[in-house]
Amino acid sequence: MSNVLLAGASVLGGRPADVLISGEVIAAVGSAADAAGAEVIDAAGLVLLPGFVDLHTHLREPGREDAETVRSGSAAAALGGYTAVHAMANTTPVADTAEIVEQVARLGAAAGLVDVRPVGAVSRGLDGERLAEIAGMARSAAAVRVFSDDGRCVADAQLMRRALEYVKPFGAVIAQHAQDPGLAGTAACAHEGVVSGKLGLPGWPAVAEESVVARDVMLAQHTGSRLHVCHVSTAGTVEVLRWAKGRGIDVTAEVTPHHLALDCSLLDGYDPVYKVNPPLRPAEDVAALRAALADGTIDAVATDHAPHAAHDKEHAFADAAFGMLGLQTALGVVADAMVRTGLLDWAGVADRMSVRPALIGRLSGHGRPIEAGQPANLTLLDPRGSWVVDADRLASLSRNTPFAGRTLPARVVATFLRGRATVRDSELIQKEVSHA
Amino acid sequence: MSIGTHNLLSAADLDRAQTLAILDTAAQMHAIQTREVKKLPPLRGRTIVNLFFEDSTRTRSSFEIAGKWLSADVINVSAKGSSASKGESLRDTVLTVAAMGVDALVVRHHASGAVARVAGWVDCAVINAGDGTHEHPTQALLDAYALRARLGDFTDRHVVIVGDIAHSRVARSNVLLLHTLGARVTLVAPPTLMPAGVAEWTAATSWDLDAVLSGKEFGDVDALMMLRLQRERMSSNYFPTEREYATGYGLSPLRLELLGPDVPVLHPGPMNRGLEISSAAADNLRSVVLDQVQAGVAVRMAVLYRLLAGDPAAAIEQVPA
Repeated sequence: MSNVLLAGASVLGGRPADVLISGEVIAAVGSAADAAGAEVIDAAGLVLLPGFVDLHTHLREPGREDAETVRSGSAAAALGGYTAVHAMANTTPVADTAEIVEQVARLGAAAGLVDVRPVGAVSRGLDGERLAEIAGMARSAAAVRVFSDDGRCVADAQLMRRALEYVKPFGAVIAQHAQDPGLAGTAACAHEGVVSGKLGLPGWPAVAEESVVARDVMLAQHTGSRLHVCHVSTAGTVEVLRWAKGRGIDVTAEVTPHHLALDCSLLDGYDPVYKVNPPLRPAEDVAALRAALADGTIDAVATDHAPHAAHDKEHAFADAAFGMLGLQTALGVVADAMVRTGLLDWAGVADRMSVRPALIGRLSGHGRPIEAGQPANLTLLDPRGSWVVDADRLASLSRNTPFAGRTLPARVVATFLRGRATVRDSELIQKEVSHA
Repeated sequence: MSIGTHNLLSAADLDRAQTLAILDTAAQMHAIQTREVKKLPPLRGRTIVNLFFEDSTRTRSSFEIAGKWLSADVINVSAKGSSASKGESLRDTVLTVAAMGVDALVVRHHASGAVARVAGWVDCAVINAGDGTHEHPTQALLDAYALRARLGDFTDRHVVIVGDIAHSRVARSNVLLLHTLGARVTLVAPPTLMPAGVAEWTAATSWDLDAVLSGKEFGDVDALMMLRLQRERMSSNYFPTEREYATGYGLSPLRLELLGPDVPVLHPGPMNRGLEISSAAADNLRSVVLDQVQAGVAVRMAVLYRLLAGDPAAAIEQVPA
């Protein structure tokens, strides 16, 4: 059994302590009495958090292995401090049966860098009409607990109602990509407002998101079921969530790092690296999202990591693919937008990037307190380790990061998945292949 | 113009002096068109590619004639349906064309901002011949040319633009250029066809065409521009019927009378008779519209000339008197 001592780590940003990892668990916190023989990592000045859990990752496998694979996405996740990711269902074929979610889970286990938790589709083939085999996926070896048609909205109110009801026996959640397709229109590719009007880009009004969230929280109340709102992007949605939570409705919500950091003025040069769904919004929305994450109205940061091959972005803005990379830059962006600004401390970051996402995904073993006996799923980060994002050096197979060239204020130094280091000295440590 | 960066992507690239210089050059070019031999030598040996990702007859042939009368070799490449739908990226398409030793690309594309992307990939001059619902700067230049001939100076002149402002690249370029030239602009459209954020534009807005034309809302009108309205907008419920649109925003003979005989009326064409313009009004305007076509060639000659012929002042001297 391998023992590792993290010497002098600031646990959740608090007082320095020695944390002893023994095998797959945390053996001791505080005193290193039994650390004899352990490998010592000098963690002085570094912050130790529970490993991050991403509720919203596109791994592209099966179907677009040229853009990302479960393995390459897992590597990006580990380097970003993640120990678990939820792989979205909009693959080709769509993850809408037990067979496909089990395949994705197997690929994740084989890569062995993070726990890959497949998300199941709500509707068959994401058609928005016919309920997918949700029970089959929930009872499969992949034990799916998050269902989503992400990329598309479950627009039909009756289907949404049925889905919310149907997942109840499994304690599962419906994660909604809230966007009224009628209001948004098929051509929309930018926030509807001053910028879209000036640039002549078909616009997406904020109300297309807000009206669906308003409907869905009422449906969650009516069904007594659990709703999760993906990538909240507007101040109006925040208001609806605040109201719903005040009424005791079982709703949770996530925000992406890019919606916390970037606004739609960046679209001025028509660079599709800034094309994302939901779109970048005005600065006032960015401020409202930060405040909502700080006060807990928004529960979690989720990356919506969306790799795209270069040729899918080398088009006119309207013709380019939607989405941005997120896994490796998430911590740095959150540190910049939330910690540097004093909106969250490191314990708050742990809560929004690990504890609450693990609860939402019903993921035992992640997002746990850093104390003896808990699984050693941990992220060690340097709060002053600023770095410049180089798109070519990211682990993803794709390069579509909007943060290329930016300096981010914090970096992941090490990541531990059940006691095994997946990242050390900010470098990936591949799982040893057994030749036995 | 980004004479320095040798592109014309937006009407906002031009300041007042540059705009007036182009219009002056265009006037010289226009004068030459009345001669028997119209061809001038300055772009001999230069290659211009009209790269059109969207159908166009008027703009493409206007650029083609403009280039040929300046002695350039002009090649038309219709790239409609290539790019995204065939799996080729826009970048690949553009680089393939540019690799043929091209001095200028005249680009039209169905997507806003596509021409700006093209300019980022190639070294040659790039001219925006219309990108999606964004801009059409040479159309604005030719409108300014036509208005200048009728109005003289632009300062505090009141120009009214009517129609589908939201989806009009002509309107966007005209609002920018007319503001640069010192004119006042009023935009008239039903609320559904006003662009998002129009309050931030350098233009007044109204939903009431009659109040504007009669001078009640924003004072006397010095010029009127009617935009082409695509009938497909009806199916998206931007307006209910042709009749209702024509009643509210069409140019009828009665509205023409409201304007008075000396007020120029422009239409970028092609006209939808019975929709944004009545047949009677259209026939009344025929001569002006044809004027615009001729002016279009002269203006595009001026733009090509100033982008490709080096020092514009010296180049103009090459024009035989």
